[in-house]
Amino acid sequence: MSARPRTLGASVLLGLLAAVVTGPTGDSDEPLRAAWDSIADVRIVLFLGLAVALWLVLVLGPRLRGLVAAVTAPPRRRLTAATLTMTARRSVAAAGRRGRTVAVGGGLLAVAVVAPLVVSTAAQQSMVNDIGIYALLALGLNVVVGYAGLLDLGYIAFFAIGAYATAYFSSSTAMPWHAPFVLNPFFVFPIALILAALAGVVLGAPTLRLRGDYLAIVTLGFGEIIHLVANNADGITGGARGAFGVPHLSVHLAGVDYAWGIDPLPYYYLLLVIVVGVMVAFGRLERSRIGRSWAAIREDEIAAEATGVATLRMKLLAFALGASVSGFAGVLFASKQFFNPQSFSLQASFFVVAVVIFGGMGSRLGVVVGAVVLQGLAFYLRDKVQPADRYIYFGAVIVVMMIFRPQGLVPSRRRRREIELSEAGVGAADSLGSATPTVVRP
Amino acid sequence: MGFLDQFWQLSVDGLMVGSLYAVIALGYTLVYGVLQLINFAHSEVFMLGSFGGLFAARALLPGDGSVPGGAGSIALVAVGLGAGAACGGLAAFTLERVAYRPLRRRAAPRLAYLISAIGASLFAVNLAGKEFGRQNVDLPDLFHNGTVFRLFGAAVSTQTLVIFAVAVAMLVGLDRLVAGTRLGQGIRAVAQDADTAVLMGVNVERIIIVTFVVGGLLAGAGGFLYAMTFNASYSMGFVPGVKAFTAAVLGGIGNVRGAMLGGLLLGLVESYGGYLFQASYKDVIAFGVLVAILMIRPSGLLGERLGRAA
Repeated sequence: MSARPRTLGASVLLGLLAAVVTGPTGDSDEPLRAAWDSIADVRIVLFLGLAVALWLVLVLGPRLRGLVAAVTAPPRRRLTAATLTMTARRSVAAAGRRGRTVAVGGGLLAVAVVAPLVVSTAAQQSMVNDIGIYALLALGLNVVVGYAGLLDLGYIAFFAIGAYATAYFSSSTAMPWHAPFVLNPFFVFPIALILAALAGVVLGAPTLRLRGDYLAIVTLGFGEIIHLVANNADGITGGARGAFGVPHLSVHLAGVDYAWGIDPLPYYYLLLVIVVGVMVAFGRLERSRIGRSWAAIREDEIAAEATGVATLRMKLLAFALGASVSGFAGVLFASKQFFNPQSFSLQASFFVVAVVIFGGMGSRLGVVVGAVVLQGLAFYLRDKVQPADRYIYFGAVIVVMMIFRPQGLVPSRRRRREIELSEAGVGAADSLGSATPTVVRP
Repeated sequence: MGFLDQFWQLSVDGLMVGSLYAVIALGYTLVYGVLQLINFAHSEVFMLGSFGGLFAARALLPGDGSVPGGAGSIALVAVGLGAGAACGGLAAFTLERVAYRPLRRRAAPRLAYLISAIGASLFAVNLAGKEFGRQNVDLPDLFHNGTVFRLFGAAVSTQTLVIFAVAVAMLVGLDRLVAGTRLGQGIRAVAQDADTAVLMGVNVERIIIVTFVVGGLLAGAGGFLYAMTFNASYSMGFVPGVKAFTAAVLGGIGNVRGAMLGGLLLGLVESYGGYLFQASYKDVIAFGVLVAILMIRPSGLLGERLGRAA
């Protein structure tokens, strides 16, 4: 078979690429030296060995799969419209599954409560700043990407709006521009929520009328505008220096006096409560009339429109809701630590997208797991590679996921079925296409 | 100095940058025409082409820092353009193979393509940053750069002239390719109706690959020209990429001549705007234009569809 040598060639190329990616860092004076050094090295034996192993798996895989499947489980049937109705009938069995879901959820929650107590302080910080905040961000973006099937590439801009709103309202020293009064950060939560949602509506209302992929570009541009303005407007935001001295969260109410401080643990538990609360709330939302509208829009927008779903309004709602969660997370972030425009770069937006995709779009547990795994990977890599180099791995993870497992690590059952069905030619799995008919002129 | 005094100089600079946007915009518009997809990783094709051209030209320069002249200059520019185009074409080919084709085989949902392209873009940007360092890299002078002539008092330098001339030559060449050759006919056929094109005997897979590669060749050569005026860096692709996309949308995405017009217009608007406001807000102006067009006339100035307008 002629396909085999080609597969071997591709495997070897992949192995060489992996060697270059993990190899030494180069510079522009000798552009090819770093690549050459990583290939002309003893390690190359390991990578070529892996490449050959990959090739063997690819070539022998189909035969082995038959063997393995015969031992473990009946082969999965290809889904068609007919099997879809069968799956629906089988949902009677879902009652038993519910009990299991609760048990798994409780177990994971227990792990989340105990986990920070057994790790180092650096890891605790990372669990708050990286995992906790990004889990919240991913849950918000999941509404846009996972539920409504839209792509928002400037998601971090709403996060920035929340963070800068906190600096504006809760401190008179953090930024050159500040409110004439000082609010407790807790009161900034609703303000940031509304501001971010408003920004989302202003941005989404004109663009959501168009084909869905325009939204991706416009949000990308918007994210970059916010980033540039935050970076350049020295007189308002403090420019590249960032905002210093935003007060920590504190409660002074009905005899209770408590202030969150430098210790990451109280912040962690606050975030845990918020993340679990958001998960529960979005779970209910997903099963509500609104959630069903989103599913209908994803699967067949024209049919949804025809059956009376206000598609534009529902998409706008998802977009604004996602934005408001991002703004909310921004307040937490700002009151936790010092920040500067670097925190709101485009890469951060892409990272949130990566978390959602990796975890599984449309799956609440999935995106939280995605945040834990990817930020855990980032934490693990922090001493081993340069910070910016980590994005090489994240990029590769995104591409590989899209090729081999588009439904993500912990897929939502419905999303996976949509993707499989749309690949089989039944319905769609996002709402990017056919929002407006293509302009046909005489 | 008032705006009117500077008007012609700003126009000359704007047209030069605009011609580069137009060259990059063609890549977006061609791929959009045949696949109805925004190729998010096109800006990285541009970046890789820029590095390829820069390194090739630099390797051939005499090491003593002297500026070559005459035939030497022409040869160096030609080598840079060729190497840039080759790297761009190769990058676009690889991109299509790795990030798009596996998904197309499966008929994946469109969201998957966008996300896969973003992943490829992240990968390419940061790998380039790792391999070539994260500083800006300057291209040494390849020719003596002086004022060739004055246009209404505005100085037109050799460099401006070279960039504009090469860019316009590429634009005209592509227009002829799409409008006048059998290959162009195939591209237009796929853009109009891929299913019917298959029935008419068009090899759609081949057309898609060729479209990617043609867009990559242009972006790579454009990247070399861009490095000539500015510089090259691993993250250089993003801003011109979004601007070129803006240009493509401005002219009507999927429309070859529209992308050219859009690029030149955007270059001018940005040049005037950067003078009237603040240079650091130049990028904000371009993004603002994008948002404004999408609100007012999303089908662009000349309308969409590759099949019709070319």
